Amino acid sequence: MGFRAGVVTFPGSNCDRDMAVALEKVSGEPAIRIWHGDASLPDRLDLIALPGGFSYGDYLRSGAMAAKSPILRAVVEAAGRGVPVLGVCNGFQVLTEAGLLPGALMRNANQTFICRTVPLTVANTDSIFTHGFETDETIRIPVAHHDGNYFADEATLDQLEAEGRIAFRYGETCNGSRRDIAGVLSANGRVLGMMPHPERAIEPASHPSLGGADGRRVFENLIGALASA
Amino acid sequence: MKVRILVRLKPGVLDPQGRAVHHALDGLGFAGVEDVRVGRMIELEVAEGTTDETLAKMSEQLLANMVIEDYAIERVEEQG
Repeated sequence: MGFRAGVVTFPGSNCDRDMAVALEKVSGEPAIRIWHGDASLPDRLDLIALPGGFSYGDYLRSGAMAAKSPILRAVVEAAGRGVPVLGVCNGFQVLTEAGLLPGALMRNANQTFICRTVPLTVANTDSIFTHGFETDETIRIPVAHHDGNYFADEATLDQLEAEGRIAFRYGETCNGSRRDIAGVLSANGRVLGMMPHPERAIEPASHPSLGGADGRRVFENLIGALASA
Repeated sequence: MKVRILVRLKPGVLDPQGRAVHHALDGLGFAGVEDVRVGRMIELEVAEGTTDETLAKMSEQLLANMVIEDYAIERVEEQG
């Protein structure tokens, strides 16, 4: 049976369509669109994707309101059953606010919105999202955020490192994140939150400074892992 | 009954916003400012008898992010 991905849209999401298009291009299957006010998820999802944007206008804190929306209760419950969840940018902020991932994403250290393609170092190659990468491989994926400065206390950071739960690190100075963390995995490795946008790097573009296909590999890894499971 | 919840970054958590405000105060020529921390004040109008325990739950579940923030509850005396 085909890959069934669901993409959640919150009021203020703006990368939900990009996420759906990326999933459709890589998997060849239509992505199911899910509204934040829904109380339940479609059956048998292979992936729940929380997209980038400014859910609820970033009121209170980025991701805070979305984390309390009806659909998130269903997402937390599904994650507890082992359904893979990918949160990108605002989706990562939602996952930390919902308690599915540790830490918090604070205002960028230099106070500016950062929008550019950055090098990332792959730190974990064991998860369903990252198994096709080489350890310490450098990939290039765009970031576009104001609140991407990852914070967790030292004990939590040590634990994440010891358990191999840091998926990606920035390969250059970016937003002030503790230990250059760009992406974090849950304890079971099936929830990934990352600030860079893999859905914006699924095919080469005509100009060399744009596009790139490194993001595509995140989706290919996942689809491959589920197909062989 | 009016209640104020003061939400502040925990000590030790770097506050880029506070640093930028500090810098701006310096730029305006105000001498002697040693540190600036920016927080948030949330005013609630709640039913009489709302307990501190309930206010604490509101703060911990939504109003503050306990990973990076502390909160304080302040009951506001009504002006007669």
